[in-house]
Amino acid sequence: MNWISSKALRPRIKEFRLSVHLLSRNRLTRAALVTVLLLVLIAVVAPVIVPYPSHIYGVETPEDKLLPPSGKYFFGTDELGRDIFSRVLYGTRISLQTALLAVGLALLIGIPLGAIAGATGGFVDEAIMRITDVFLSFPPLLLAIAIAAFLGPSLTNAMLAIAISWWPWYTRLIRGQAVSIRERQFVRAAKAIGTPHFKIIFGHIVPNCIAPVIVQASMDLGGVILTAAALSFLGLGAQPPTPEWGLMVSTSRNYFLNAWWYSIFPGLAIFITVLAFNLLGDGLREILDPKTRKN
Amino acid sequence: MANYLEIENLRVSFKTFEGTKNVLDLEYIGIDKGETFGLVGESGAGKSVLALTLLKLLPMPPGIIENGKIIFDGQDLLDKSEGEMRRLRGRKMAMIFQDPMSTLNPVFTVGEQIVRVIRQNKGVSRRAAERQALEMIELVKLPDPRNIMRKYPHELSGGQRQRVIIAIALSCGAEFLIADEPTRNLDVTIQAGILKLLAELKRELQVTVLFIANNLGLVSAICDRMAVLHEGRVVETGAVREVIRDPRHPYTHVLLRAIPRNRDEEIDLDALAVRGEGPVEVKGCGYFNRCPERRERCRDQRPVLQPVGGSHYVACHVAVEGGERSG
Amino acid sequence: MTSFIVRRLALGILVLFGVVLITFVLTRVIPSDPAAQWVGPRATPEQIKAARIELGLDKPVYVQFWKYLQDLIRGNLGYSLRSHQPVVQELKAYLPATIELVLLSTIAATFIGLPLGVLSARRKDEWLDHLCRFFSVGAVSLPTFWVGLFLQLIFYRILGILPMGGQLSMEIKLLYDIPHITGFLLLDSLIAGNFVVFKDALVHMILPGITIATYPVGLVARMTRSALLEILNEDYIRAARSYGLQERTVLWSYALKNSLGPTATVVTLSIGYTLVNTFLVESIFSWPGIGNYVASAVISLDYPAIMGVTIFSACAYVVLNLVADLIIALDPRVRT
Repeated sequence: MNWISSKALRPRIKEFRLSVHLLSRNRLTRAALVTVLLLVLIAVVAPVIVPYPSHIYGVETPEDKLLPPSGKYFFGTDELGRDIFSRVLYGTRISLQTALLAVGLALLIGIPLGAIAGATGGFVDEAIMRITDVFLSFPPLLLAIAIAAFLGPSLTNAMLAIAISWWPWYTRLIRGQAVSIRERQFVRAAKAIGTPHFKIIFGHIVPNCIAPVIVQASMDLGGVILTAAALSFLGLGAQPPTPEWGLMVSTSRNYFLNAWWYSIFPGLAIFITVLAFNLLGDGLREILDPKTRKN
Repeated sequence: MANYLEIENLRVSFKTFEGTKNVLDLEYIGIDKGETFGLVGESGAGKSVLALTLLKLLPMPPGIIENGKIIFDGQDLLDKSEGEMRRLRGRKMAMIFQDPMSTLNPVFTVGEQIVRVIRQNKGVSRRAAERQALEMIELVKLPDPRNIMRKYPHELSGGQRQRVIIAIALSCGAEFLIADEPTRNLDVTIQAGILKLLAELKRELQVTVLFIANNLGLVSAICDRMAVLHEGRVVETGAVREVIRDPRHPYTHVLLRAIPRNRDEEIDLDALAVRGEGPVEVKGCGYFNRCPERRERCRDQRPVLQPVGGSHYVACHVAVEGGERSG
Repeated sequence: MTSFIVRRLALGILVLFGVVLITFVLTRVIPSDPAAQWVGPRATPEQIKAARIELGLDKPVYVQFWKYLQDLIRGNLGYSLRSHQPVVQELKAYLPATIELVLLSTIAATFIGLPLGVLSARRKDEWLDHLCRFFSVGAVSLPTFWVGLFLQLIFYRILGILPMGGQLSMEIKLLYDIPHITGFLLLDSLIAGNFVVFKDALVHMILPGITIATYPVGLVARMTRSALLEILNEDYIRAARSYGLQERTVLWSYALKNSLGPTATVVTLSIGYTLVNTFLVESIFSWPGIGNYVASAVISLDYPAIMGVTIFSACAYVVLNLVADLIIALDPRVRT
């Protein structure tokens, strides 16, 4: 396989250089990329950099209840006296983790199903696609809410619920790709040598069509974060005292009319994170669009 | 000779991420009224770019027209505004494209598409437009015109679609038709039919045709005069019979050999196989890298079009200066 | 064309069945005991046992499912564990308020989002395009619940010009006899000629309306823009220009007809998102719709209510998708 790839390497390098060039040209995409990297960094080092580590889950300092933003508490404090800035920073970790796990799980379910459906065709294809259709018939968040409601409120269940409602999109995407790839020469060649069916699917077909799915998945991260926050807001996701952004906004409802900082900052965090991922996704999509590349 | 279309020193470039690439560097092309002029070259030689530039339909970023003149019927097209160009399109000049399937709007019937164009350009009533559309469809020798009008593009065959497109292009009395490789996506037998149609239309309607192709065989079939394009530059031009009988430029020679004929001549696949990497900004002759006849002078000095008899011009140092020729 | 419709309908019914099945499965996964919930926290074991039999929970699963199907077809969605009222009745009572919101957001999405997307595509890469894109990507990145709270903060708390929630103010409810003809407050007050109530209802709609319309407007603008750009890049658009057709014609006639399909899809999708966003918006603005109903059902784990709403929303969505598919089928290529 390797002698083939060395000849295929040069055009791939050129494509890569083109991608980098296009990426750096768009200011908005650049800013988004920087923001995302920053967020990842924050998520990783959060436990180390928060000013009040003990406030993350809850240390009660009742005398510092509901204080407005100040030099001591950048984002103010909540009703238990916890520093909102620390909790929002730590929340980055939680949100990104949840999003990655949910999307990862959805991919784990969706890709094999779609690949098998597309590559096998016939009854298997029909059956899998009908099931996918049923799942896709639920309005986008409804299934997640229903599953989370029935499984019981917890962050893990919310993650599960999101994964279960998200996988059909990937299945459909991969199936379409697989259908067009299975007719190609190298697949027929592999079949002719007698490669077992499963090996064809996962060794040949999947690697060739996984790229758009990965791109789509990274673009979905923003939407998943929104969904997770919405679930927590409804009480179906993270439970107190977890410093999850949606949960913080939800709890703030009782106080926010007099303590605006309580709702604004966690919500702002959600907004900026989702915006960055969405902009990055937009930029990625434009870069990978063959028409933009032709010019 | 009253020239109908004159292209002088036209330079067109594209802005890519690797810099500005020059795709067209035409010294001179002259087309007379009523003649069929062939333009031959490989893919990537800039033929379609020229076609789009003539109609000023080239997307302007990333395309740039660096300099030049396109004199059409006495006026320089490059000076014209978009509004003025639009009035020319369809009424004075029209174009037919390579892929008949993608050139027709899939959600409208074929008849609807012709009618719209007629109504837009001629301002007549719907009934009059429908009548004229029917006439056009008959003109392109499609049987059962009423039925054809009602069909959607995907319900027609490739050859039928291309005829419809020719009908649309000519429906408003355009006198100048640019045919950009119109038979490229069609079977050989269908090709012959379209070529025959074009020849007939030329006679009946007296349109001037710029016929763009990538092989000499097609051009020699229906064109009066021709030009050979290599990487954006005109390397040879003249009457078709002259050029084919006595090809002067090494590249033209290669193109001629690519036409399969029933003689004992072999097709020189080696000469054909060596391809360049696309337009390169060279100081001298653009064909230098592939030319078997090349001299030192060819590397540094760009050859210009020189007469070699009658209307036959060549842009090649070796051809003009004479010398030994192999084959 | 008819065979296509028949096939599509059959598929729709199959999908509906799948939806019902999944929802039913969900109810059997619940950790708590519905019978115990039914009779309340101070029930005796005998009462719970009686409730089990009454609710049919003692029978095998497939029998339960069969009964569930039968009930569904007859329009019986079960009884709410809290109120012991038929879920269907409660749904009917709360539905109009939600439909008002959904309608508002869909109208906004279509009449603001669509033109925005078209404008953006038309003026690609100019400053107008960048502005529109920025706003639309921002709109879909905003958490709906946050927008609601934010608006409440600004317009109610700080500026004091708009009410915080509810459909009508307390005084109006006390002073006037609220007309109840269709269930749609705006419509009813107009019909009854009561302009005070009408104005009050209208004012109360502003903040929830803006909140719920934000995401759909952004979504529709984005997707319309990309769909239109793809179409404008097609060869037949370039060919149409080469025939001398005016840009106006090319855009509104040629390009738009090709975009009917994607437009129908995106509007349906936005309705889908809105359906669920109403849960969030209604709970923030105390809007008496099914979203609020479900939100409180979730808190008290009232499973029949949750299921009823789920099935209803899912079925509505399936029907919507069917309509969208029929619109897509107007494309002649699909029919053959």
